Amino acid sequence: MNPPRTATAKKVDIQAARAPRGESEELISGSEAVSHAVKLADVDVITAYPIRPYDTVMQYVSQMIADGEFDCEYIVAESEHSQFEIVKHASAVGARVFCGSSGVGWLYAFEALAVTAGLRLPMVAMVGNRALDDPGAFGVEHNDALSVRDLGWMLAWVATAQEALDTALIAYRVAEDSRVFLPCAISCDGAFLTHSQSIVKVPSQEMVDNFLPPYDRGDKQLHPDNPVTIAPQANEDWVMEIRRQSDMAARRAREVIIEAYDDFNDKFGRGGEPFIERYMMEDAEVVLVGMGTLAMPVKVAVRKMRAEGKKVGFLRVRWFRPFPTLELQEALSGVHAVGVIDRDYSFGSSFHSGALANDLRSALYPLATRPKVVSFIAGLGGREVSTDNVIDITNSVFAAANGGDIDDQDTYWIGVRE
Amino acid sequence: MSTGSVEVVYRGIFQKTLAKNICRGIVFAAKTQGRIGLAFGRYSDSPERNGIPAKQFAVVSDTEEELEEYLSRYEPDNNDVTICADDTLCKGVESWAWYGLQPINKLLKPNGTLLVTSMRLADGLIRDIHRKGAPYELGVVKGTASFSGLWVYKDDHTDVRLLGALAKVAPEVVSLDAVLEGIDDSVKQASARKAYDMVEPVPVAVDQGNDEVPYEFDLPGYTTMEECLVIRGMEKQHDVPGWDGGYVPVRNPTFKKYTTRTMRPVINFETCTKCTICWLQCPDTCFDVTPDGHYDANMEACCGCGVCEAVCPVDQCITMVNEEAFTDNASQWEMWTNDKENYSEWLAAKISAQPARSHGFHHIGQYAEEIAHESS
Repeated sequence: MNPPRTATAKKVDIQAARAPRGESEELISGSEAVSHAVKLADVDVITAYPIRPYDTVMQYVSQMIADGEFDCEYIVAESEHSQFEIVKHASAVGARVFCGSSGVGWLYAFEALAVTAGLRLPMVAMVGNRALDDPGAFGVEHNDALSVRDLGWMLAWVATAQEALDTALIAYRVAEDSRVFLPCAISCDGAFLTHSQSIVKVPSQEMVDNFLPPYDRGDKQLHPDNPVTIAPQANEDWVMEIRRQSDMAARRAREVIIEAYDDFNDKFGRGGEPFIERYMMEDAEVVLVGMGTLAMPVKVAVRKMRAEGKKVGFLRVRWFRPFPTLELQEALSGVHAVGVIDRDYSFGSSFHSGALANDLRSALYPLATRPKVVSFIAGLGGREVSTDNVIDITNSVFAAANGGDIDDQDTYWIGVRE
Repeated sequence: MSTGSVEVVYRGIFQKTLAKNICRGIVFAAKTQGRIGLAFGRYSDSPERNGIPAKQFAVVSDTEEELEEYLSRYEPDNNDVTICADDTLCKGVESWAWYGLQPINKLLKPNGTLLVTSMRLADGLIRDIHRKGAPYELGVVKGTASFSGLWVYKDDHTDVRLLGALAKVAPEVVSLDAVLEGIDDSVKQASARKAYDMVEPVPVAVDQGNDEVPYEFDLPGYTTMEECLVIRGMEKQHDVPGWDGGYVPVRNPTFKKYTTRTMRPVINFETCTKCTICWLQCPDTCFDVTPDGHYDANMEACCGCGVCEAVCPVDQCITMVNEEAFTDNASQWEMWTNDKENYSEWLAAKISAQPARSHGFHHIGQYAEEIAHESS
């Protein structure tokens, strides 16, 4: 890994006067934004192993260390499995940790990912979303991060570099809260977020210190003065109680996330609503739902269609775990039809949908009046989702709402050659 | 329409093949009677360890539907017969599969039969066995416990003798004819028939047996157990009255190894040179350091492996004695300090009562000596 030597030179304090309370504005990529969060969170242990597109964050972090701006244990592991095992153990002894991977690299770490959640060890990881092999591909798909959705990992999807930075700070606060003690992955779409630069407000150390308390594992910390053992072998007399504890922690995470967003909004003047973003949702008859940078073409398309008088809105799911069941029920119970755009697949699942559509349908099922749900798969392997694609999707959903010939028990693939 | 189930409690690894042969023998015998069956080990006993109590089960039914009731279970709890393949297990069963002590007759149905291989008489065994709260019968199949290893099997007819005895005490499970039909060796058939003839179960009343309440503890719930899979370390040492200056480590309060051993060391404190080797080499840290610098094997922690006897450099200092010679787990060192003369007699009596180890050898070279003796 060669850190880009030009990175320091491109840091431009664009309008220091506009930046409140010591914030600076910088033109940086999503990966670089996460590296700023890592530095501001004063992370103790970081492990690296290269895989595109996540590796960019490692380059920025290593450059900060080389430049003397940041001090932490930076360990280059020999594989993703070791990478995640190392930070897992560091977390057990009370270190704040950061790690990350992409695509099949994330899956090579899968055993470590499972035990990190199982052991209730907080960690913030960045997943630079990338298609799983085969075929080998660099482009974005969400299946890599989604693979841990059932294990206790919290999963956030971000749409901008600013949101990546902010969410990483929030993630540390939530993951390390003793009511939760669960790992959290920030998913950043490969290319569109990891490799494109935008203006980001980078908060001051003082602002972050005021928001993010130090990691305190309390009497669960592995330490010679606190003789405990963790990770026991257990038979059927114990496992269910342990799983139920993880279940309760995942339930409690919801309240802790809400608290964190409230406080973040107070202290930083941004952050938005926890769990979901609502875009032009007022009086919407049709709502599109998606995650990550898909928001960009969708918002453009929604604005175009609104200008034509079509009552369409967009709901971006920001947290997939914990799943925003209540928010989706409240936001979607009155609309006529919902179009879910998955940038992932779940082959053989109900209606051949993606993971988001399947969970969303399940969340809406208990509602007395529920919208039609039409599911779409788009943008796999990093293929662009165009505004025209989104307009086509929206027209289909309107047709479904109006009793047209749209099958809500199947999934439409958008932008695929026949 | 009926179902019969048999529990075989045995010593892990040493008797694994024996237990398997018994359970498979039951299923094969049932098949010759036109019935269907199932044989399985108690899953959490595996992987087995030397001498740790373990279980296998055989269930036979007339119909698939009846058998289904047993297909997704670890332990059928209403067995027609419990076979105890080593009489030291009459003191109770502490498995790796659960916590606490299970009386040997716990999973036996009322009026069922407990079959034990032993050289002892029924009266002696009943003293060890916890009271059941329901009447049952006890049958003794005369013989010493048949121990072998994971890769070798001592084909001493114990399996066919137990099958023969089973046919006697529970003909509704398997008949003698069916058992004999499954044995392809006329000498073994004779052994099975002889066991059938010899076994004479005696009734055991509810007020007979060991009245000690078996050690148990409540399993915590998800709201009461520690979060994050943390298990607290124990204090380094606990105080024992009269042991000032000695060292007694705190041990796991929920796993006392009373019944996990088939032998225990007896120690001649007169010949002990306090060399520390037993204390250092014990894989279970079972030796307490006494105030006068001796090493006392604590029976809460001793697994009966025999390493201490093997490593002790002093002749006639540590001797492994079969567990059935003992009725309590008291400190030998306290017994010795209280009355040295009495202890000396007690020690000699124990050693002479049980000169053979259940497994392994008393000293290095014993195996070679036995082979030489047998071939001469």
